[in-house]
Amino acid sequence: MILPNIMLDTQTNAPPPVKMSVCNLDFYYGKFHALKNINLDIPANRVTAFIGPSGCGKSTLLRAFNRMYELYPDQRATGEILLDGENLLTSKQDVALIRARIGMVFQKPTPFPMSIFDNIAFGVKLFENLSQIDLEERVEWALKKAALWDEIKDKLSQSGASLSGGQQQRLCIARCIAIRPELLLLDEPCSALDPISTARIEELIAELKKDYTVVIVTHNMQQAARVSDHTAYMYLGDLVEFGETEQMFFKPNRRETEDYITGRFG
Amino acid sequence: MNTLSDGKTPARRTSRFARRKWINRVALTLSFIAMIFGVFWLMWILWETILLGFAGLSFSLFTQSTPPPNDAGGLANALFGSFMMVTLATFIGAPIGVLSGIYLAEYHPRGWLAVTVRFVNDLLLSAPSIVIGLFVYAVIVIRFRQFSGWAGAVALSLIVIPVVIRTTENMLALIPSSLREAAYALGAPKWKVIIHVTLNAARAGVITGILLAVARISGETAPLLFTALNNQFWTSDLSGPTANLPVTIFQFAMSPYENWQQLAWAGVFLITLAVLGLNILARLLSRRK
Repeated sequence: MILPNIMLDTQTNAPPPVKMSVCNLDFYYGKFHALKNINLDIPANRVTAFIGPSGCGKSTLLRAFNRMYELYPDQRATGEILLDGENLLTSKQDVALIRARIGMVFQKPTPFPMSIFDNIAFGVKLFENLSQIDLEERVEWALKKAALWDEIKDKLSQSGASLSGGQQQRLCIARCIAIRPELLLLDEPCSALDPISTARIEELIAELKKDYTVVIVTHNMQQAARVSDHTAYMYLGDLVEFGETEQMFFKPNRRETEDYITGRFG
Repeated sequence: MNTLSDGKTPARRTSRFARRKWINRVALTLSFIAMIFGVFWLMWILWETILLGFAGLSFSLFTQSTPPPNDAGGLANALFGSFMMVTLATFIGAPIGVLSGIYLAEYHPRGWLAVTVRFVNDLLLSAPSIVIGLFVYAVIVIRFRQFSGWAGAVALSLIVIPVVIRTTENMLALIPSSLREAAYALGAPKWKVIIHVTLNAARAGVITGILLAVARISGETAPLLFTALNNQFWTSDLSGPTANLPVTIFQFAMSPYENWQQLAWAGVFLITLAVLGLNILARLLSRRK
């Protein structure tokens, strides 16, 4: 399985550049204050994991990054979320263009009701006018990136729903990277998968961080330790501690973090 | 598990279990009787229709128009008139219904407009069809001083619309919001999310709703009685009284003439067959999903 070998280069080299910076972020569901003054920097080309008990705001934070909350009228965010220095929350850019730069994979696989090919082509065609050959090439590239190509290359015209759960989730990842985002948000991507599919996705995440900045929400502490370079521990809407994964797991600064990670939480 | 380890079940447990089995048997019997009661009438209706209608079936049924009393003829004009009006009503009603259903489910489902539309639609859904017939009579037939196939089609479309609105909204509401979010997360605009993802996912259900609405209007008599009236002759002009199957059946079945009664039964048989076919088609569509 994947070991956190990345610590070496983060320690020897200069700290990686910041891809996304969150400043004084507050989030509300109606009157409920779900995120309280969150500040953190997400480094480029690294995997950042959000951990914490259910309801602590991990997913909420993730959904603020691509302004997914805007679909629901009673949810709002204040503060700043800077992507390469540009504040997404006040950006004049169309939210669709922002979302194209920030891919998202959900807890349950969500194949669209169309063929495997169209599942991936759908997103590509939203932003690029490719010829059929280029489109086919892009679909193949994305499926190869998501380590799914060899399994399904002969059944691209089949419905996306005909795949197994693990394959569907990799299809969703392929669909995401096909539009070439800069940042990938993974919201508990393995919670509906068996251990074998989970291992494949984790391998994939390690592979993907060469090209993308990855943020993953997970309930599985071992998973966070395995795949991430940086870990953020959240509790009741607060960011309790944020640091390099090795440090977070072996010598956390805060007592609460240690209690949660060692299972003494309560 | 421990209490069972001696191989005997405690008496308290067996008595409760026996009681539960008894209640289960009673409930099963009652629902079986209810099922038999329903199916009995349905089978009887089908049996009578087949028995009486089958005798009237012939080639001339589809080639000749409705005859005068005691003369040979068919139902060609009525079949054609019904076909035209049902088709037209579906083409008017289905798009309005689907679009309204999309608005209710996808745009502002809890806004004041949606709440009002939903309430009014429920009223329309349960309105007796004779009310709709009379309404179209007052608004169109009286104004143009002319019974017409157009008015008939409008009346039928008013029955299609609420059925399609309701089924479309319900089918779209069944689509999990995670599917919508996944499409939005790719940066898709709302209309593309709806057309390619949500409506596409709900397609079988929406089409089923339309088919059931067609089945419903193909037998409606009251709305046509006041609007299309009837016509003894073949016509493809919808601006005058238009022959149709339900009203022809209504008139012929109550007539004293034996050949008219025969044709009425043949008409009933054809409508039943069509409705049955549409229902089976709808069932097949929703099952494939």
